Amino acid sequence: MSLELKNISKRVGADVHIHETSLTLEPGSFNTLLGPTLAGKTTLMQIMAGLERPTGGEIWFRGKNVTGVPVQKRNVSMVYQQFINYPNFTVYENIASPLRVAGFDRSEIERRVGEAAELLRLVPMLQRRPNELSGGQQQRTAIARALVKDSDIILLDEPLANLDYKLREELRDELPKFFAGRECIVVYATTEPLEALLFSGNTATLSAGRVTQFGPTADIYRRPADLVSARVFSDPPINTARVTKLGREVLIGKTVRLPVGGVVAGIPDGEYTIGIRPHHITPERRQSAAAVIEGTVLIAELGGSESVLHVDFAGQTWVSQSPGIHPLKVGERASLYVDMKHALFFDGDHRLVEGSE
Amino acid sequence: MAGDVMTKTINQKAWLFVIPVVVLVAFNAIIPLMTVVNYSVQESFGENTFFWAGVRWFEELLSSERFHASLLRSVMFTAIILFIEVPLGIAISLTMPRKGPWVSVCLVLMALPLLIPWNVVGAMWNIMALPDIGLLGHTLNAIGWSYNYTRQPFDAWFTIVLMDVWHWTSLIVLLCYAGLVSIPPAYYQAAKIDGARPWAVFRYIQLPKLKYVLTIAILLRFMDSFMIYTEVVVVTGGGPGNSTTFLSIDLVKTALGQFDLGPAAAMSLVYFLIILLLSWLFYTLMMRNEAR
Amino acid sequence: MARIVLRDLRHSYVAAPQTDADWALKRLTLDWADGGAYALLGPSGCGKTTLLNLISGLLTPTEGSILFDGRDVTTASPEARNIAQVFQFPVIYDTMTVYDNLAFPLRNRRVDDRAIDQRVREVATMLELDTMLKRRASGLTADEKQKISLGRGLVRSDVNVIMFDEPLTVIDPHLKWVLRSKLKELHQRILRTMIYVTHDQTEALTFADQVVVMKDGEVVQVGTPVELFERPTHTFVGHFIGSPGMNVLPCEVRDGQAFFAGNAVGTSNGTAYRGSGTRLELGVRPEFVTFAGSGIPVEIVRIVDAGRYRIVETAHGASRVKLVVPEDEPLPSTGAHIRFAPEHTRVYENGWLVT
Repeated sequence: MSLELKNISKRVGADVHIHETSLTLEPGSFNTLLGPTLAGKTTLMQIMAGLERPTGGEIWFRGKNVTGVPVQKRNVSMVYQQFINYPNFTVYENIASPLRVAGFDRSEIERRVGEAAELLRLVPMLQRRPNELSGGQQQRTAIARALVKDSDIILLDEPLANLDYKLREELRDELPKFFAGRECIVVYATTEPLEALLFSGNTATLSAGRVTQFGPTADIYRRPADLVSARVFSDPPINTARVTKLGREVLIGKTVRLPVGGVVAGIPDGEYTIGIRPHHITPERRQSAAAVIEGTVLIAELGGSESVLHVDFAGQTWVSQSPGIHPLKVGERASLYVDMKHALFFDGDHRLVEGSE
Repeated sequence: MAGDVMTKTINQKAWLFVIPVVVLVAFNAIIPLMTVVNYSVQESFGENTFFWAGVRWFEELLSSERFHASLLRSVMFTAIILFIEVPLGIAISLTMPRKGPWVSVCLVLMALPLLIPWNVVGAMWNIMALPDIGLLGHTLNAIGWSYNYTRQPFDAWFTIVLMDVWHWTSLIVLLCYAGLVSIPPAYYQAAKIDGARPWAVFRYIQLPKLKYVLTIAILLRFMDSFMIYTEVVVVTGGGPGNSTTFLSIDLVKTALGQFDLGPAAAMSLVYFLIILLLSWLFYTLMMRNEAR
Repeated sequence: MARIVLRDLRHSYVAAPQTDADWALKRLTLDWADGGAYALLGPSGCGKTTLLNLISGLLTPTEGSILFDGRDVTTASPEARNIAQVFQFPVIYDTMTVYDNLAFPLRNRRVDDRAIDQRVREVATMLELDTMLKRRASGLTADEKQKISLGRGLVRSDVNVIMFDEPLTVIDPHLKWVLRSKLKELHQRILRTMIYVTHDQTEALTFADQVVVMKDGEVVQVGTPVELFERPTHTFVGHFIGSPGMNVLPCEVRDGQAFFAGNAVGTSNGTAYRGSGTRLELGVRPEFVTFAGSGIPVEIVRIVDAGRYRIVETAHGASRVKLVVPEDEPLPSTGAHIRFAPEHTRVYENGWLVT
């Protein structure tokens, strides 16, 4: 029942939209495609749906080759960023439309629509038209329509991007509940790493048409296979610097030494690129194994519950994100503590070096 | 989502839907075209006697004064038409309301001239321009202009230019209006904030955004005005003398009036090629301007 | 730079407003000091864009007055008010180069070429656009175009206030972050009054010194980001700000002591309650709920790993309480109890903070 992409690639003219990719998606799984805009998420989803033909490679579903099968024959549903609903139909008719096309009888349609409306809290709005609904309600109608078909594959292309941030949070919270207990494969595209983390399940990181890594979300977050995956999966952007490791010290930019203790003992000496997420650099000492950096504050963004500080150290800007308000002023010298336990080391090919966790 | 091209999956059954259209087009266009080509390289004497003439008709045509004259008239006419209709059309579309109860009224008024059959348009203007009893003709004569479109070439030109402007400016107006309506209000707001004068707003915001629709509008008007036939024939018949005999009228005179199939066919082909060439040139120029 | 005062401002898009619902903006009065960074925060339809357009002069208010530095500008046009505005999507003049785009407002005001050149280059350097001055504006990326929009506002040195209408909407998350920091840096550098409209609390709280939280055309609370976070005066503010938002739980108060589902809970304002028991709620942020050896017994329903913290959803009877637990802290496996930090737990009556 799984969906397999075997060496899929997509070229349009001279441009490569998707580089050779192989993925296996299991039934009942929630898969997030994470990457910036134009990374190829939409193209990949369209290939999975059958809306686009791959230039190379094959798609297998349930053990059968479905590469040439058009989308009408595949059992897929899609939800788009722009709340797409039939404007002339009521919510009830919108949700019922795929069932009508499939030829279900009235009582079955009523039952399924009722179920979906219940799940998505649309029951009071069943007789309204989409233009009378709020954005969130319209999108829930679109999701209900996708669910009611009982498709094998449900694709959601940044469905929450056009919603208010708070509404997005609420719908995001509810989304996994809609798919719980179903055997379908859910694929969700987003540009926000936080969304991938909140959904857990599996994540595929995409960058410039390439799937750089695919696996359980928490794994990819904590142990990205390479620097590109680490960058894609960080918001705020991960701090990186070229360093040279010498024994129990790390040399940044040839002049600044950072004692790092025994944490990174397992790595051979040499040149690396180090990646440290902003929330592992804080103005307060939290772990005893923390290294100290001192720099001048360039920008201080003090939010309601956290502080983001941009500090100039060893010739580059480091970003620190910490809970609580630390009233540091621009131009002040500040000491920041770096939790080296969570630092990621990447070798010359930008691949993760084991032994740093 | 930008940059992705949706390709339809291949469905052989679609060809079945296309076959009737192909047959129709073949009957009405391709076969007659082939016939014309056939005629253009032969000389005919009455029923079914044809002699191979090769490129003779083409040579004669391209060196004939009469052809040059009518070609020149067509070119001049098109130039005048475009020169008047495009700015006028844009200007009118700028003044049309974009919101409120008057929008539908204006749109209907603008659409009306386009809905009238072309020979009726010709007939209308024919009568209206009559120097003694026509509204236009009589008024012009009353204010001191001795106007008679059946006698003076200038008056004839004046009349048909006026008629074409009346008939077809609406097309440009409607196309430009559609383009203007799609400009988000934020652009106007930003221009206001930047202190831009109305002319700057037109030049830097409206005109650039109208590029696409203007390309279509100008191309359409160019082709149609170059090929104009019905209205002119109904009003002036090509006269007085030859003064309003455009290429299309000349062609019909040759083919049907003199029944010279060979030269007529050759002229048709040359006409066709000229329009094709000029349209292509036009289009490429406009497209190149914007790819840059 | 200007001190902005809005006095008894009300606005309706309907010609003859009858009911409350006809007013897009209900009566409000605000006083903003010179050079500050302000945010208008609220969900869609709360009136923040209406308010922004009233301040910038793109709309004339139905009632009330607007003063810039004591000068009444209620009916003045945007140019006369000397404002700059950055819109949701980049508004640039496609046919011009980056340089000409930035120079446009100055050329309209007939500033001489040498002054224009100096100013344009200054602003371009500030916004890191100096390497692309000769390029056509239409070929740039969304965030670069937004910078140009911003630049057009900055070139005019006499600008009173710069307004931002959800400017990061079309920008990628990575660049959103960079641009946001840039705006903050800019404000710190040039110290002009900036008003930023958004529905994203992170943007509002990190950018502004003072945030105006709005809902349904009304101002619910005005305060610094810290105040809004730590002392929301309305449960809406508590819910809207913070990701996840504040826990709002039904409670009772007897003799100054608050009770949640039968458990006594310490609060910072319980003793101030003198009311008669209309809808009473307890508000405590997930950041201030912790697991403890003893306290309110709960069952862990869901754990979500958000990278640098985890959101733990617990249940006590029919109520759900969320906690934010830092990355490396262990979670109890069985028999969990939670505790609310008393100084951050408050009683709300009918949604409003009890004082």
